[in-house]
Formats: sequence, C-alpha cells, structure tokens
Amino acid sequence: MRDQFQSPIVLLGARLLSPYIMVFGWYVIIHGHYSPGGGFQGGALLAASLLLIRVAGGSKLAELQIQEFATTPLAVIGVVIYFATGLVAMAAGGYFLDYEALPIPGVEPDWLRYIGILIIEVGIGLAVMAILVMIYDNMVRGEDYA
Amino acid sequence: MIWELELIIYLFLALSAIVALEVKDLLVAVVMMTIFSFLMALLFVAMGAIDVGFTEAVIGAGVTGILFVVVVFQTSRKSND
Repeated sequence: MRDQFQSPIVLLGARLLSPYIMVFGWYVIIHGHYSPGGGFQGGALLAASLLLIRVAGGSKLAELQIQEFATTPLAVIGVVIYFATGLVAMAAGGYFLDYEALPIPGVEPDWLRYIGILIIEVGIGLAVMAILVMIYDNMVRGEDYA
Repeated sequence: MIWELELIIYLFLALSAIVALEVKDLLVAVVMMTIFSFLMALLFVAMGAIDVGFTEAVIGAGVTGILFVVVVFQTSRKSND
C-alpha cells in the first residue's frame, strides 16, 4: 500500500483549510466557559489543523510549524500552567483551583473566576495539542509520507 | 429533532458499521469508521449532548482517522518473514 504520490490539489486543500481550523480551535478554547467546548476540544482542533499539514505536506513543511523537539516542552508548559493556577490559588488561602482566591489585584471576584477558567483552559489546550502532535510524530518517525 | 431524519442517520450508522467490518481494504474501513464517528456526533447533538458530540466529531472524525491512516501505511498486507 505504498503507491502514494505528491498531489498539489490535496496540498492546496490542506493549506487552505488548516488556518481556519486553527482559528476555530482558539475560538472554542477562549469561549469555553459559556458555550460548548473547552480546553480539550479546542486543543484537539488545533492538533487536527497541525496534523492536516503534516499528513498532506510531509515533514519538510511541518518543520515550519512546530518542530518535533518542541512538542514535549509545550505539553509540559500546558500542565504547569494548569497546576500553577491551582497551587497559586491554594497558596493565597483558597482551595485547589479556587479561582476566587487568585491574587490578581483590582479585579472583582466574578471576573476573577472568569479569568481563572480562561487561564487553565489555555493550559489544557496547549497540553492536548502538543501531545496529539507528539503521538503522530512518534508514529511516523524515520518514515516520511507525502 | 425530526424523527425521520434521525431514522435515516441510524440507518446510515448501521450501514457504515457493517461496511467497516466486512470490507477487505483497510483504508476503506478507516474512512467508514470516520463516517460512523461523524454520524454518531450528529446523533449526540440531536439528543442534546452538545459537548459529547463536539468531542466525538473532533477526536473520532479528525485525529483518530489520521492516526489510523498512519497505522495502515506502516503495516503491510503480507508478512515478510
């Protein structure tokens, strides 16, 4: 099943579609606290837009987006954002992930909850995106498609 | 939701599942799995579970399809021992 060849139409379609999927992923992450979706779904959409380019364009093109060595640090940064938010709230006198206790001066408690959920969802989205891309990169290691 | 439309979606769901199980070509089976996931997401949304439908559409129809295609390309039909 290896009779594949480079197709400019597939590559053009993937290049046309990928940025819009990525913008929609960020929309889902940022609107996660009052509409369906959230960090996981938005992160999976971001990963889908990156994987589309990786499948259609091969590793030469994918190196311009996120290189293989950058995926593990990105996932770690996402997890650290999540736990740092929770632990900072804990250190400031609340419970774990108690957004109201976050020490941001001059913000009302309801806005504080809003911002806290936004911060942890950006962290979750980064971690999910990086790990899905990492799974793909480890599966195709040493072989290049397209 | 309109029950006629849901019935049609259920029929296509069963059809895609049977084709995915019975077909010889693995790439066709992967495409049928993707169609199954997407119809399942439509049914989840029709039943009011929008979050579950969203996750099913993104993961089942997007990312797992790509990963299955990679697995199909990395294996061969005959063993070369």
